[in-house]
Amino acid sequence: MPLTEQVKQSILAANSLLPRDVDRVMSTLLSVPVDAADIYFQSSHFESWSLEGGIVKEGTHSIEHGAGVRVVSGDKTGFAYSDRIELPILLEAANNVKAIVRQGQQAQHRIQTADSWPQLYRPLNPLSSLADQDKIDLLKRVDAETRKLDSRIEEVMVSLVAAYDNVLVANQDGSLIADVRPLVRMNVSVIMVENGRREQGSMGGGGRSDYSYFLEGDRAMDFAREAVRQAQVNLQAEEAPAGNMTVVLGPGWPGILLHEAIGHGLEGDFNRKGTSAFSGRVGERVASDLCTVVDDGTLPGRRGSLSIDDEGTPTENTVLIENGILKGYMQDKLNARLMGVKPTGNGRRESYAHLPMPRMTNTYMLPGQSDPEEIILSVKKGLYARNFGGGQVDITSGKFVFSASEAYLIENGKITRPVKGATLIGNGPDVLTKVSMVGNDMQLDSGVGTCGKEGQSVPVGVGQPTLKIDGMTVGGTSL
Amino acid sequence: MQNQDEIQRLKHVVQQLLDEAKQQGATAAEAAFSVDNGLSVSARLGDVETIEYHCDQGIGVTVYFGRQKGSASTNDVSADSLKETVKAACSIARYASEDEYAGLPDPALLATEFPDLDLNHPWDINAETAITLAVECENAARHFDKAISNSEGATVNSHQGTRVFGNSLGFLQGYQSSRHSISCSVLAGSGDSMQRDYWYSVARNPALLETARFVGEKAAQRTVARLNARSLSTRQCPVLFAPEMASGLIGSLLGAISGSSLYRKSSFLLDSLDSQILPDFVRIHEQPLLVGGMGSASYDAEGVATRARDIVSDGILRSYILSTYSARKLGMQTTGNAGGVHNLIVEPGEQDFAGMLNLLGTGLLVTELMGQGVNRVTGDYSRGASGFWVENGMIQYPVQEITIAGNLKSMLRNIVAIGNDVDLRGNIRVGSILLEQMAIAGE
Repeated sequence: MPLTEQVKQSILAANSLLPRDVDRVMSTLLSVPVDAADIYFQSSHFESWSLEGGIVKEGTHSIEHGAGVRVVSGDKTGFAYSDRIELPILLEAANNVKAIVRQGQQAQHRIQTADSWPQLYRPLNPLSSLADQDKIDLLKRVDAETRKLDSRIEEVMVSLVAAYDNVLVANQDGSLIADVRPLVRMNVSVIMVENGRREQGSMGGGGRSDYSYFLEGDRAMDFAREAVRQAQVNLQAEEAPAGNMTVVLGPGWPGILLHEAIGHGLEGDFNRKGTSAFSGRVGERVASDLCTVVDDGTLPGRRGSLSIDDEGTPTENTVLIENGILKGYMQDKLNARLMGVKPTGNGRRESYAHLPMPRMTNTYMLPGQSDPEEIILSVKKGLYARNFGGGQVDITSGKFVFSASEAYLIENGKITRPVKGATLIGNGPDVLTKVSMVGNDMQLDSGVGTCGKEGQSVPVGVGQPTLKIDGMTVGGTSL
Repeated sequence: MQNQDEIQRLKHVVQQLLDEAKQQGATAAEAAFSVDNGLSVSARLGDVETIEYHCDQGIGVTVYFGRQKGSASTNDVSADSLKETVKAACSIARYASEDEYAGLPDPALLATEFPDLDLNHPWDINAETAITLAVECENAARHFDKAISNSEGATVNSHQGTRVFGNSLGFLQGYQSSRHSISCSVLAGSGDSMQRDYWYSVARNPALLETARFVGEKAAQRTVARLNARSLSTRQCPVLFAPEMASGLIGSLLGAISGSSLYRKSSFLLDSLDSQILPDFVRIHEQPLLVGGMGSASYDAEGVATRARDIVSDGILRSYILSTYSARKLGMQTTGNAGGVHNLIVEPGEQDFAGMLNLLGTGLLVTELMGQGVNRVTGDYSRGASGFWVENGMIQYPVQEITIAGNLKSMLRNIVAIGNDVDLRGNIRVGSILLEQMAIAGE
């Protein structure tokens, strides 16, 4: 397979490591009775450029590489890594980590390695997809054109980042599985001032592509116009209401609701350990029958997509909730084996220096039947939340929050006044049971999500149609 | 306890980078090299779960061509890689715009005294001993109360690192430091009424860690206390931030008075220098040279000398938090805070925690906050919370699924009291903080 050969060159050969050296390290790991062992090689290039105050003040560039060595025995894991991809160091790491195996019999788990899977993105190096001068010119053009959009704009910040990640997973069956992962992101944020009042607006996007993504159509300026629009709305915003009320969530990025309310709670590790509010609830109703939610790592070019996960398993479109019934969890290899199910291609890690665990890819709700306008019309008094910042969940109690950054009051079926951002809080296992209308306008987010879990960050996507929830707590100041 | 050979080895690499930058035409440069080694062991349900060996290194260089700046970093310290890294930084600098404020610090401000701050206490611990400690910690939690029903495990961490920084003005310094921790997280209850909480102890010197047993029992105690939590009705009431939550509140204040927020005009405290931002009994000061402190350092990320100073006294903002760049943008002088503050101390008041509960009287004690609902530009604050409902100074019952909201500007001005129940685990040392009133949203 040419991709694997390319990555073997860029990681193994570049460090004078031969395939038989990888076999030697693996033999060391397998010299004790283990259930699984892998070596994860990685080489990453990253750059960022940022503009503020009208000038491109700085850029950064980084190159990192290394290898992580892991053995798993039962539910025990031994792990070591090094930024030096050298045989003696990898052998020492292998010897250290196998100490986790203290007793037990020869494990008999046959692992199956996939031999083909779709490539969801091209093996591009985004850093070299545009000349440095053109990156600068793009930032400057966006800055200049954004400033013309509204005379109240006081500051414009534009950033451009790209990553080029080569990974190679060596598994205990001797297989070597490679992936080349491009990722780009652009962000525009503005500060606007009117009568001494100062507000911010921000918009960005990207995906597993190269910089040409931002040059297609007028995408860069679309981000800018959206950032300006949000700041304009926020300049008019009044105090947000406080208390329990009907909430309508807009399509797209508000799907962060799904990520926080149910996504984390459906990750295999928490459920294997019984620490999630969703533990042991497969087959039970956890949402209204209007709701079908999937985690889909197979969408071409999306920020949260992967051709293979970080354990070499091809990603899947995993149904989490179907017509309101909990169907299953997201799994990596370790938790899948311990729970007696199949891995779902959700084994992800931030880098070679981190252990893989079950993580989301692109989590979204399938479209329903309702016209979005009809949904608004059905609300006598409530909140329409169109944009969000981040969120957080306590997977054990099920309580989750997400913070609106653009919201409006709904009064008698009409969107009326904009209100300040507020945090919404709810309970994961029952919030979706209160979904009474699902729009026909499913949207994925623009490609900005980053998810944090146990100190590890990975890029993710979310999406949903317009949703009506009959009662959520809105954390405003107006009682 | 500083291994001078290791520091010397890193200094040599940093000097090589600086020389290479000069070679490639940079008019000025700065470089940092850090190495960190560690062991992390976790135990769950009475047995080891993971053993992780950590070994990280990173090297970063910033070059200037006049007023143009570029940065690059790598974890590969081979000679070829260092050359390539400098080349990448130089290439970026050539494309970056002229920025009249860019450049190295004023040489007169660089640190010249380097007292031993007693930051390095390697822990002579192997995986086996660490496992024993983690198991002891988790067992203490699991056996503390019958209500403890499950566990996320206990973790023992030991890290030791060396950091060297140098610039083309001739500054080249390094030091070693260590950081060790024990933490534990357990669950109580079952089904729809499960709760989870945790506790941790962290110290530079392992001898100063709380015992494994104490950490486990405290985690269990905190978890059990959360059982049968209810929501509250929507209301206004006084709010007491427990010390570990109060440090977040002070963190938001620091963000608003830091140079990068100020020159971008993205702060709710613009132009607040010399004005009243807190009640007049509040003093906040920075003490960078505390022996053994978690945030101690004799110089900042640019080599500028740190110094003890008041940031707020009599409730009046006396100093911003500035790096060389942000200071120049604001027409001021750096405060030695490139990379952040070093031991920020909110002067404690008279009352201990029980006394603070008494002062609260009837209201909300917040022990956990969720989400990022803090707008630094406007000061608007709205976050998910859990904690306890308090009446007449006595804890009544746990609460959850509520939000607390307000505006930081008035929240800070309306601080009623600060406790002496100071949390010493972090870089911000503060006791519990009582706010006169916030909006609570609930069922």
